[in-house]
Amino acid sequence: MIKKIFFQLIFFNLFFIKEVFAAESGGMPQLNPEFWISQIFWLILTFGILYIVLSKIILPKISTNLESRKSQIQENIEAAEKQRENSESKLKEYNDIILKSKLKAKDIFKDTREKVLKDINKKNETLDKQIDEEIKKAEQEIQLLKKSAPDKINKIAIETSSELIKKLIGTEVNNSSISAIVDDLSKKNGDKYYGN
Amino acid sequence: MAANPMTQFEVYRIGPEIKVGAFDISFTNASLFMIISSLAILIIFNLGSKKSSMLPNKLQLLAELSYSFVSKMISDTAGSKAKPYFSFIFSLFMFVLFCNMFGMIPYTFTVTSHIIVTFMLASFIFIGVTIIGFIKHGFGYLKLFVPSGVPVVLLPLIVVIEIISYLSRPISLSVRLFANMMAGHTMMKVFGGFVISLGIVGGWLPLSFSVALTGLEILVAFLQAYVFAILTCIYLNDALNLHH
Repeated sequence: MIKKIFFQLIFFNLFFIKEVFAAESGGMPQLNPEFWISQIFWLILTFGILYIVLSKIILPKISTNLESRKSQIQENIEAAEKQRENSESKLKEYNDIILKSKLKAKDIFKDTREKVLKDINKKNETLDKQIDEEIKKAEQEIQLLKKSAPDKINKIAIETSSELIKKLIGTEVNNSSISAIVDDLSKKNGDKYYGN
Repeated sequence: MAANPMTQFEVYRIGPEIKVGAFDISFTNASLFMIISSLAILIIFNLGSKKSSMLPNKLQLLAELSYSFVSKMISDTAGSKAKPYFSFIFSLFMFVLFCNMFGMIPYTFTVTSHIIVTFMLASFIFIGVTIIGFIKHGFGYLKLFVPSGVPVVLLPLIVVIEIISYLSRPISLSVRLFANMMAGHTMMKVFGGFVISLGIVGGWLPLSFSVALTGLEILVAFLQAYVFAILTCIYLNDALNLHH
């Protein structure tokens, strides 16, 4: 059924094709000079007005718009560049400051160390001196003691020997004669006893 | 008769007949569409250039993109010397483009499908370019017809060919646009007629062709406007920078 309609349509179309291509007899309207002058006139008028308005009013505006945007973008880029440079120089300064302060800190550390060392040395020296003095004093005392020791020993020796003689022999012996003997002996053997 | 594919190109009077001397300058449908195209261009670009914002809106973007597109086209083909002719080439490109595009709307009239219109544009360009060439280079512009590096024996022949090719510029330029527009619109009309005559059963094939052709024709409409403008740039380049 559909097939039949389809073929019928195609068949009947053949009758209409003559009308489809009816234009062939008329030719091209473009070559009909009836309205050529009119078209030329209106073309010159409209295109002329279009050209004048575009070139005098609209295109300069678009151009300035584009230019201003371009320059603004350029300005922004330049400003950003400047700020970047600024921040870089600030960073440099900052780094310099840090470096300087580090050096200063090192110096201060060194100075204080030296000072402290000096102090310690001084104190050491004074302490040494004090100790030396103490030692000297002690030595002097010892010397004094050493010097006084033989007399005492002699006295003791004299006394003990007189006591011994008294007990042994029963007679009093003159102290002076004993002390003369003791002195003599101590002079002979002093080195042996006192290490002088 | 709607089936006639040529009726769409017919010019008819709108309103009364206007005569200046012997010339008939009546307002016709062609005049109407010239005015519509120009007005559309002016309105769109006026709105697109009204306020300068950092972030352009759509119309402004359209205007600025077309501006830079044409500007780049001119500087690429004709160099920086062609800057004073920018607004002419811009209006030419936009006029041809809008006339072509308005012709794509059903039941409209395509201004550029008339040889007299395209021929007027092309001959104006031809005469203008020739005048510019003679102003810039004097009689040295005739060196355009004598290409360098050609054997002396061949020179007479080459010069004749160059002159013929130069003189045929307005014809080739106008016929290219006119023929493209006319052929495309005729073809669409013919396929449209097939759709009607084949009816609901057989009409689908020509209809799909018609749809595809519409896309193609929109491409051609843009392309022919572009070609028209770029050929103008190339002719201008010949006149401004004599390379031969």
